Amino acid sequence: MTASQTALPTRQAIDDDPPPPRPRGQGLPAAGFLTPFLLLYVLFIAGPALYGLVMSFFDTSMVKPGLSGFAGFGNYAEALQSADFWSPLWHTIWFTILTTPPLIVLALVLALLADRVKHGRWFFRLAFFVPYVLPSAVVALIWMWLYTPGLGLIETALTKIGLTSPNWLGDPGWAMPSLAVTTLWWTLGFNFVLFLAGLQEVPRELYEASSMDGAGPWQQIRSITLPMLGRTLTLVAVLQVIASLKVFDQMYIMTSGGPNFATRSVLQYVYDSGFTNFRIGYASAVSMLFFLVVLAVSAVWFAIVRRQEKEV
Amino acid sequence: MTTMTSMSIDTRMKLFNRICAGVLIAFALLWLVPLAWAFDTAIKPNEETTKTTWWTDNPTFSAFSRIINETDIIRWFGSSLFIATLTAFGAVLTGSLAAFALSRMRFRYRNVVFWVVLAGIMVPSQVLIVPQFREMDSIGLLNTFWAVSLPQIPTAIAVFIFKQFFDGLPKELEEVARLDGASFLRIYARIIMPLARPAVAAVAIFTFVSSWNDLLWPLLVLSNPDNMTMPVGLATVQGTFGIRYADTMASALLGAVPLVAVFLLFQRNIVEGIAGSGLKG
Repeated sequence: MTASQTALPTRQAIDDDPPPPRPRGQGLPAAGFLTPFLLLYVLFIAGPALYGLVMSFFDTSMVKPGLSGFAGFGNYAEALQSADFWSPLWHTIWFTILTTPPLIVLALVLALLADRVKHGRWFFRLAFFVPYVLPSAVVALIWMWLYTPGLGLIETALTKIGLTSPNWLGDPGWAMPSLAVTTLWWTLGFNFVLFLAGLQEVPRELYEASSMDGAGPWQQIRSITLPMLGRTLTLVAVLQVIASLKVFDQMYIMTSGGPNFATRSVLQYVYDSGFTNFRIGYASAVSMLFFLVVLAVSAVWFAIVRRQEKEV
Repeated sequence: MTTMTSMSIDTRMKLFNRICAGVLIAFALLWLVPLAWAFDTAIKPNEETTKTTWWTDNPTFSAFSRIINETDIIRWFGSSLFIATLTAFGAVLTGSLAAFALSRMRFRYRNVVFWVVLAGIMVPSQVLIVPQFREMDSIGLLNTFWAVSLPQIPTAIAVFIFKQFFDGLPKELEEVARLDGASFLRIYARIIMPLARPAVAAVAIFTFVSSWNDLLWPLLVLSNPDNMTMPVGLATVQGTFGIRYADTMASALLGAVPLVAVFLLFQRNIVEGIAGSGLKG
């Protein structure tokens, strides 16, 4: 601070105009540039986030104005003691367990394969990525038709090879795996593209050098490609876990959380508590608990990245 | 002998690459089956859809015209287009202005502002639906396009992508202009933004697509059937077709067309955008 202050007078002496009070003060134009974003940010993100936090400590109702009575940690205690909270949380985690490994492994394998193919990459990108840009409603409509009992393409195909197929979306045990398969089809392309980009950063010379040394393709993948992909892999894993935890659309449209609530997700529980039962104080508390889970995942990721950077 | 081993490795490599290509093509074709089957179903007459064969003797596009005539799909398309365009435009404008200040200006609390913005990436928008709904209700914006669009405009990721891009541009670019007394606004509009086309494309396409595809938020704030977005409309009418499977698939495909078109037009930008923002972030 002192250094800059002593340096300033000499600089001002060079200028022929009278010195402005704060020569480096770009605060006013900066405020102008930041205002549109920050205004919307405070109004619609930061503000609601704080409002939600406050509401979670009150018995706020959708149909009454104001916050209503103070509840302390009552909403949180109620959620943590209620099976209605734990079962959607478990469904969401179960969905995350079912979707994350295949979405990472299959996307990685397909990207490794595509990286070796010289021609027609656009075709693979098209095939895997087009589902990703489709609205969830479109994906849901198509897959509900594929899963239709008696008429669906999947059942027809399985019957042809002599298997009997369950009622995919109607059986409480099969509904979640079926939603996971749909999600695999829908979002695989995103991870595929991330992996493909990561693979392109691997210097080609490494492969050439190792082939000269007599390394086969399998060895190359194990000793060069996978270690070089470390950072991409953690990134994809975390983005995937968070995306899976945020699941709502597929269940809402395809099963409405059924059969018998077997596929109700945390976000649908928030939706039901807040917009069907009008208990928005309680719904806010559930949102905050859900936010803590997402935050914990992000924190783990941050720790892993820190460690990886230290190793490099 | 050395040539022998290297040749055998070469042939092994070639064989391996062949197998790779084969497996990959098999998966790609498998991935196209749902869309192909949806199209196949949509061009059959409704009565024939229960036969579960790919072939039909009477291919027809009548299901598509029925959907266009009987549902409000054109209206949903209009709502979605308006909302997604507004959101993308707002995100590009506000995000790039904020990023310009963070990248090019010196002011107090710059780091504080940057960290506050960055913290926004951590908050999943779904966590905010309850308080946001209440806010929209109290300011009387429910059932307007503004209620859908406004909360989606300030995306921290947009600021982040723009800032990263601006930081990569050499400072010398604008130094001359600064000496000539050009204002920051002029530098932003005339020098920086024209160079930032790739970042603009990435942010615009991503906010457009995610706004277009959003279901939960527009479902909450747009209860009036007259201004539903495409996903909300499709989700709402899905039950009403009953066993008219051709019609259902036609509605799904019509809902898919705009996004597939965006993808085909901007394929390169989308892929580079994901790679750039994701990996460096």
